[in-house]
Amino acid sequence: MPDTLTPGGTASATPSAAPTRTRASRLRDFWSDFGRSPVALVSLAVIAVLAFVSFGAPWVTPQDPYDMANLDWMDAFLRPGTVGSGGYTHWLGTDNAGRDMLSAIFYGLRTSFVIGLSAGALALMVGITVGLTAAYFGGRTEALLMRIVDLQLSMPAILLALVLVAMLGQGVAQIILALVVAQYAYFARTTHGTATVERGKDYIEAARSTPLPTWRVLLRHLLPNVLPPLIVVATVQVAAAIALEATLSFLGVGLPLTEPSLGSLISNGFKYIHTDRTWLSIYPGLFLMVTVVAINLVGDRVRHVLDPRNQR
Amino acid sequence: MLGYLIRRLAQAAVVVLAMSVIVFVGVYAIGNPIDVLIDPGATQEIREKLIAQYGLDQPLWRQYFTFIANVAQGDMGTSMVYNIPVVDLVFSRLPATLELVFVSVCIATLIGIPAGLYAGYRPNGVAAKLIMALSVLGFSVPTFWIGMLLIMAFAVNLGILPSGGRGDVGSFLGINTSLATLDGWSHVILPAINLSLFKMGLLIRLTRAGMVEAMRTDYVRFARAQGLTEREIVFSHVLRNISIPIVTVFGLELGSTLAFAVVTESVFTWPGVGKLIIDSILQLDRPVMVTYLVLVVILFVLINLTVDLIYARLDPRVRLKGGS
Repeated sequence: MPDTLTPGGTASATPSAAPTRTRASRLRDFWSDFGRSPVALVSLAVIAVLAFVSFGAPWVTPQDPYDMANLDWMDAFLRPGTVGSGGYTHWLGTDNAGRDMLSAIFYGLRTSFVIGLSAGALALMVGITVGLTAAYFGGRTEALLMRIVDLQLSMPAILLALVLVAMLGQGVAQIILALVVAQYAYFARTTHGTATVERGKDYIEAARSTPLPTWRVLLRHLLPNVLPPLIVVATVQVAAAIALEATLSFLGVGLPLTEPSLGSLISNGFKYIHTDRTWLSIYPGLFLMVTVVAINLVGDRVRHVLDPRNQR
Repeated sequence: MLGYLIRRLAQAAVVVLAMSVIVFVGVYAIGNPIDVLIDPGATQEIREKLIAQYGLDQPLWRQYFTFIANVAQGDMGTSMVYNIPVVDLVFSRLPATLELVFVSVCIATLIGIPAGLYAGYRPNGVAAKLIMALSVLGFSVPTFWIGMLLIMAFAVNLGILPSGGRGDVGSFLGINTSLATLDGWSHVILPAINLSLFKMGLLIRLTRAGMVEAMRTDYVRFARAQGLTEREIVFSHVLRNISIPIVTVFGLELGSTLAFAVVTESVFTWPGVGKLIIDSILQLDRPVMVTYLVLVVILFVLINLTVDLIYARLDPRVRLKGGS
């Protein structure tokens, strides 16, 4: 790591301290560092299991809860653990339409992952483009782009997403678009911040003095050195996107009821909050919470490992 | 400084105007409010009369200029659902939101700062680890679900607090607020806790980070050498030094608390502006949406402007390069 900050606060430039470390060994170091936190390892395992059951939902669940032909009104409001007319146990009970809650949750979780990951990836790309453009070209371009980004950052993402979804209408693609517009600014800010520091360094100056095209300098020389902090932002933003989608769907402006979504499931369960049918809202919420917290804990650990102050 | 001020004010005005166009066009792209307003059985005549009355037959740019001309005269239009001027509607809902935000900010500060100080003072203790884990929960668990759990626990199971709505409104120093009555407090406490959790998590992290950093510095060592008690060191030296960044971030976050109230207000059916905007989106009440959004834009532009001006006052470099 060039330019580390020692705890005392004085910047000590360590001129290319360890240029011999290969990419593979750095990755190994990262993993051994990451693995020293049991919480982070457990979180990673939890995410892996949840991703497996949700993307494999059609194969691991007893029914497709969003196919009306599979639903039987006689099965409505079965308590968790009851055996329904399908002959299998409803471990988390059924809802008012006789839908197996566990299956519905896995399908909803799949939507969460799809939305979180696509929104995160797209926002990352847009953010990098905006941030790099601003940092590399400077001047008026930089001033304009970063002012827009700053203004957007001062507004809470939930509000922006709410308004955009209201304008775009309901649906998975619309939600993803709204989340990208609401979240790219975080990536742009981070990219711009790191890139402005890197831009002033000698290796960029050297690359620019060669006849390499601008895009090559940007992508092959500047971008790799900007990426590490972006990984942290990305994990946090994927978790935020999942929580935002659930919130929007809960408020009734997110996904239509025909689409599986944890937010809609909770919103449906919320109607029965004054009865003893609490399984309708508790379980989808628990899955949502575990997913979001696990992703955040992994992000926290990655931040800790990548922080130059914690490097040996 | 004056030149900088004028330049920033002009920028702010341009931003507000540009956003008003975006908001207007965006909101007017959503559905047809006439379909929502009148029952499907109405005759074509009534339909057309209503369309003409709301000016919906005009081209979009003309609707926008009519809107701007009306705004210039202080008229933001009339709610299509409530049939009263939007300005009156928003301002009648504002006190409820403000008191909710006020109580939640108080809760967040009173718990968040001491907890953060403690976690930063003994960063390796069990209590500190617990506080930090809770702060992660505070801003990663979705607000609406926590709100629901609070209702389940305190309103449904224990039955000691109401599950929603605003309580009796009393008068205190000439201000009508539900904080003046006991019933009002019993209604406000759950939503306020719900709204405060995110802020509390943020405050804990900020305070802890500042505290950890400060405890390593020389002035703390000197203060100890001087024989000051730990209490004196923390409260009269460290807290004073770390309070500036905390106050800055917290001030910036005030605006977002207002926005987050949208979620909390919906869960607790709190009759504030947040509930109003959700209802107006669901009912396609365009004038209310436009007004609310423009007000929010103005609020955030003002917050940004204030922060920039304060920084410019503190740091001359900002002011000099501000034009580029």
